[in-house]
Parts: sequence; structure tokens; C-alpha cells
Amino acid sequence: MTTTTPSRSTGVGRVLIAVYGLLALAATGRSVFQLLDDFDKAPVAYSLSALAAVVYIVATVALIAPGATWYRVAWVTISFELLGVLVVGLLSIFDPVLFPAKTVWSGFGAGYGYVPLVLPILGMLWLYRRRPREVAAVPAETQSTGA
Amino acid sequence: MIEWFAYAQIAVAVIAGLLAVTLGLVGKRPADLTMGATALVEVLLVVQIVVSLLAPAFGNTASGSTLEFWVYLVSAALLPPLAIVWGLVDRTRWSTAVLGVASLAVAVMVYRMYQIWFVQVA
Repeated sequence: MTTTTPSRSTGVGRVLIAVYGLLALAATGRSVFQLLDDFDKAPVAYSLSALAAVVYIVATVALIAPGATWYRVAWVTISFELLGVLVVGLLSIFDPVLFPAKTVWSGFGAGYGYVPLVLPILGMLWLYRRRPREVAAVPAETQSTGA
Repeated sequence: MIEWFAYAQIAVAVIAGLLAVTLGLVGKRPADLTMGATALVEVLLVVQIVVSLLAPAFGNTASGSTLEFWVYLVSAALLPPLAIVWGLVDRTRWSTAVLGVASLAVAVMVYRMYQIWFVQVA
């Protein structure tokens, strides 16, 4: 028995990748601006923005790149995003002093139309549907390419 | 930034976006209509770049951060060409939806640029 990891860049997964790419761009753009503008004003919020931006970029790549390793990277980064948006969402409500400036995850991603909250859930559903499956080992010469 | 032009730009981007997302979901491949609508969104962004470059010379300056305004405008102007290239390479219905997502994102970004220019919430 061997396993195969189905491609994550087909069908509706392509729209998911496009939206992830967009969010990566949005988070990176804002983060670069914040770091250049005045980092000292809100170091926690701005560092978090930068971290979120990097994670979105890695998640986008992991959704595109084939193979089992990238599949795990996709799970780790997307889980981290969900955790981030939930923790920071709660903190920004109960401890606004810690987040004087907006981050991509503040208020559960309200500044981004709640896309940061919804996207990891859709991402996880997609990853689950495209999970690695066991396939019966067949002789090489009869092995189909449509696995 | 000129107020009515920003409104017009947002309206065109929203219509182009909803059109492409709808056509994508019903299974249409990228076609002249959806590609053309996305191209129109890009043309308006290029006009916006020219307007925003010239406006300060006529005393029309951003109330918020000029740097943040330009980060948004330059990023927004990159989206439609990327989506169009995507639509040319990947000839599936999902590319049509991606065209729509790009246009809707441009609409949101132009709205943010509008806020930075006129309302100063940067």
C-alpha cells in the first residue's frame, strides 16, 4: 500500500488559492506600511501583522505546491491562522489597549469583511476533501496516471 | 482623488466583480465580457493613478497618509492584470470567479483609498 496526495490546485481550490493570495498581499501591504510608518506606536500589533502576512504567504504556497509535505504545511499554517484570528479577535475586544492599531486579525477580521475568520474554515474543509488516500499498489506498467 | 470618479470606479468594479463571480459559479469560462470588464477596472485604476499624481498640484491633497494611499493604489493596480493572466492560462470556470474576486477586491481597496484621501482614518 502507498498513499497519494490529491492536487489542491484544482476546481474551487483555485478560487481559494486566489483569495489566499489576495489576503497575503493585503496583509503584507498593510504590514510593510505599518513597519515603515511608525513601528513604535504599537509594536505588538505591528509585529503580529507582519507574522500574519508571512503565514498567509506560506499558506498560499502550500495550497499550490503538490505533495504530502506541503499538505502538512498547509494544515499547520491554516490552523495557525484560525487560532490567530480567534485569539486576537477575543483579545482585541477584551484588551483593546494591547491592540491600539488594527491588525488583519483584530475584531475577528472585521476590517477585512471577516474573510480572515471564514477563510481558514473553508481551507480546512478543502484540505480534508483533498486528504492523502491509500491506494492499492499496482505493478508499475499498469499503474494509471489518474490517481 | 476626485470624489465622483472614485464612486464611479467603485461602482464599475462591484458590477464587474459580481458579474464575473456569478458567471463563474454558473460554469462559464473566461470570455470577452468578463475579461473586458476586468480590463476596464484596470483602465480606471490607471486613470486614478494619473489623477492622484496630478491632484496635489491643484491643491487637492490626501487628508490621510499619502504613503498608505499609494500602497493601496499600486497593489490594486496589480490585481486585474494578474487575474487576466490567470484567466488566459487556466481556461476553467474558476478563472472567471477569480476575475470577479479581483474586481471586488479592487472595489474594497478603492473604498479604502477614498477614506484615506477624504475622511482621514489612516
